[in-house]
Amino acid sequence: MIAYLARRLLATIPVLAVVAVLVFLLLRLTPGDPAAILAGEAASPQQIERIRAHLGLDRPIPVQFAIWAGRLLQGDLGESFYYKQSVASLIAHRLEPTLALATLTIVLAVAVAVPLGVLAAWRSGGAFDRALMAFSVLGFSVPVFVLAYALIWLLSLRLGWLPVQGYRRLAEGLGPFLQHLALPALTLAVIYVALIARVTRASVLEALGEDYIRTARAKGLGELRVVVRHALANAAVPIVTVIGIGIALLIGGVVVTESVYAIPGLGRLTVDAVLARDFPTIQGVILFFSFAYVLVNLVVDIAYVLLDPRIRY
Amino acid sequence: MRLRTAACALGACVAALGFAAGAQAQKTLVVVPHSNLAILDPIWTTAYMSRNHGYMIYDTLFGTDEKNQIRPQMVESWTVSPDQRLWTFRLRKGLEFHDGTPVTGEDVIASLARWGKRDAMGVALMSFVERMDAPSPDTFRIFLREPNGFMLEALGKPSSNVPFIMPKRVAETDAFKQIEDYTGSGPYIFVKEEFKPGDKAVYVRNPKYVPRSEPPSGTAGGKRVYVDRVVWNLALRDAQAQVNALVKGEIDILEALAFDHYEAMTKEKGIKVIKPSLGLQYMCRFNHLHAPFDRAEVRRAALAAFSQEPFLRAQVGVKELYRTCPSMFTCGTPYASTAGTEIQAKSNMKIAQELLRKSGYDGSPVVILKPTDLHAIGKLADVAAQLMRQAGFKVDLQAMDWQTLVSRRAKKDPPAAGGWSMFCTAWVAPDIWSPINNAALDARGEKSGWFGWPDSTKLEALRAKFMRETDAAKKKKLAEEIQAAAFEVATHAPLGEYVQPVATRANVTGLITTGLANVYWNVNKE
Repeated sequence: MIAYLARRLLATIPVLAVVAVLVFLLLRLTPGDPAAILAGEAASPQQIERIRAHLGLDRPIPVQFAIWAGRLLQGDLGESFYYKQSVASLIAHRLEPTLALATLTIVLAVAVAVPLGVLAAWRSGGAFDRALMAFSVLGFSVPVFVLAYALIWLLSLRLGWLPVQGYRRLAEGLGPFLQHLALPALTLAVIYVALIARVTRASVLEALGEDYIRTARAKGLGELRVVVRHALANAAVPIVTVIGIGIALLIGGVVVTESVYAIPGLGRLTVDAVLARDFPTIQGVILFFSFAYVLVNLVVDIAYVLLDPRIRY
Repeated sequence: MRLRTAACALGACVAALGFAAGAQAQKTLVVVPHSNLAILDPIWTTAYMSRNHGYMIYDTLFGTDEKNQIRPQMVESWTVSPDQRLWTFRLRKGLEFHDGTPVTGEDVIASLARWGKRDAMGVALMSFVERMDAPSPDTFRIFLREPNGFMLEALGKPSSNVPFIMPKRVAETDAFKQIEDYTGSGPYIFVKEEFKPGDKAVYVRNPKYVPRSEPPSGTAGGKRVYVDRVVWNLALRDAQAQVNALVKGEIDILEALAFDHYEAMTKEKGIKVIKPSLGLQYMCRFNHLHAPFDRAEVRRAALAAFSQEPFLRAQVGVKELYRTCPSMFTCGTPYASTAGTEIQAKSNMKIAQELLRKSGYDGSPVVILKPTDLHAIGKLADVAAQLMRQAGFKVDLQAMDWQTLVSRRAKKDPPAAGGWSMFCTAWVAPDIWSPINNAALDARGEKSGWFGWPDSTKLEALRAKFMRETDAAKKKKLAEEIQAAAFEVATHAPLGEYVQPVATRANVTGLITTGLANVYWNVNKE
């Protein structure tokens, strides 16, 4: 197991190297000049040229890459063109809101979706099952921003329960932290509830048809124990897989939610960096996302071993 | 009933959580600016957010009042020698930087020197300056090679780049390198530790600031501060979310209320909507280097097609927020006139078609750059394309994000080789109200300070004359001649003006909304 972990961790290095090269080249091929953006509307072409030289963008692309890669190997992600701060510090500042939102969303989604999925599988074909499947379709179909505005209108503007926007750091107190995250997490959770509930239902339904379930029932085990201890436990691998994918998608995919709820997370940082052609920040954030994806996949693979004794690496 | 009770209990619980953390001892004004603040050096960039940041923490030698007159600000008094070549300024007493050191003439000279390397008007002023010195701590002098007529206009210019006064040690930074020390002498102090790019910028009241005795007016007058902190919420950029936050009372001021929300907000209880007296001008800029707009006749045909009303109706939509204005200088300001405007003011499609037919237009496509992500100007290109097609132009409308557009417009290649023919944008009033700082009138060909590169010796000669003229009436006359010459050359097409409404909570008072810049002194929360 430890050898497997070491191998997987080592395998992240070539993955990140390929990502680094691709991102660097793609950004240089994308139209848009960071110097023109930084200089402002009234800047003259001559001023823009001087800024370009100052940023080192007038150098040949291989030279620019060598400089960036050299710093990267020393653990330096570079300095943002736009904000004049280190990319690492920008990511560090934006990580908490995104992680907090992703974690709360996934906790909420799992806490709701798994019991619902199990219940639907247990009462397969019944009214509850049909209702859950209908909700799943709806949850997938409604765009996040539509749902966000609807929830804001109801829970914030009409009922006045929750703030419309913003983020409070955990250090500012648990109350404000949860209060500001509740709506965004609820908005994002809907689609994941739909996804996880659907997969849970399908997996548990399949498990419920297995011989060992019939055996368990024949032995006289209670229905709750049969469903939870035997069916759900054996259906856990696909559920964990989908939760893992959900976490990975959430880390990189909270852009719309962060925009609507004004959460200064990694999603907004990425959008701002792309719009400003802030090359070092885009490169840093994408490398970070890639690392996070690899890491989440690794955790999911390890979870397989814990959930299913038959799996060995 | 039980459900309602449960809901109320939950609501009370959630609200209690908020109250526990919401108590604030200080009076804090929460503002949602019109954009993100990234660059903290208002001399290094012309970005309006950096300018507004500058107004928070720096002071200026002169200001522009709400009647667009230049008024002294840091300057107590000044004299001009009989030959108008020596200007002597005395600073008022009590001026102090945030670090406690007094503001001196040396600081002023260093600041003006740096500004004079970046700002178009500053560069123009410095071309007249022989030398500057500070004979005593509270005095500075500017020696000119020859008299000019825009010394005070330049020192009191309200928009980018504003000649903000910085400590000498800061102002000595290379003009093409960003400063890293944000010590100013303005009404607020920047809290660097709390600045989180893309999240928030925080300013606290400068307790040592001594305001002038006059009432505040524009960027001039007494800069009195009535709140302890001003927080710029830089994360809240979705238009609907901004309005929701304002209605809910989570923010106090919304700098740029979206036109779509204007009518609803004017009817909303607890909200005030303010229309600034000055606005912005839309314009389309031609690329004078390449066909088809390398010929004045073709450009004038486009001008004739560009009736302003369709642009304004499509882009702004709310009648009370826009007006047609034929002048290249902001209507309602000293140099605005109707000189030479007939081609556009009395335009119609038949005239445009006729002009295009006579121009010898060869049918080469007009490449129009259309920004897809800037709602404030996004529809202008569509309207221009439609009107030009009606006039007989062949149009290639190319959509791209604004950042791609600003890079593309810097290219001097032919349109077919990745260049461009035309793009549309908007300028704030103070940036275009004078023949000196209106970048679209710089007609030095490829040396022009703005994209499009018109080439007109006549226009340049008139502008040079304007810079040297000291008599106000003669300057006005010259401005008319400059405008007439610009319409003759068809440097660009003005498309009318609009004002950007500001929305505030009803308890916000004293906000200065002249349209010169967004400033936050004199404002209070009752």
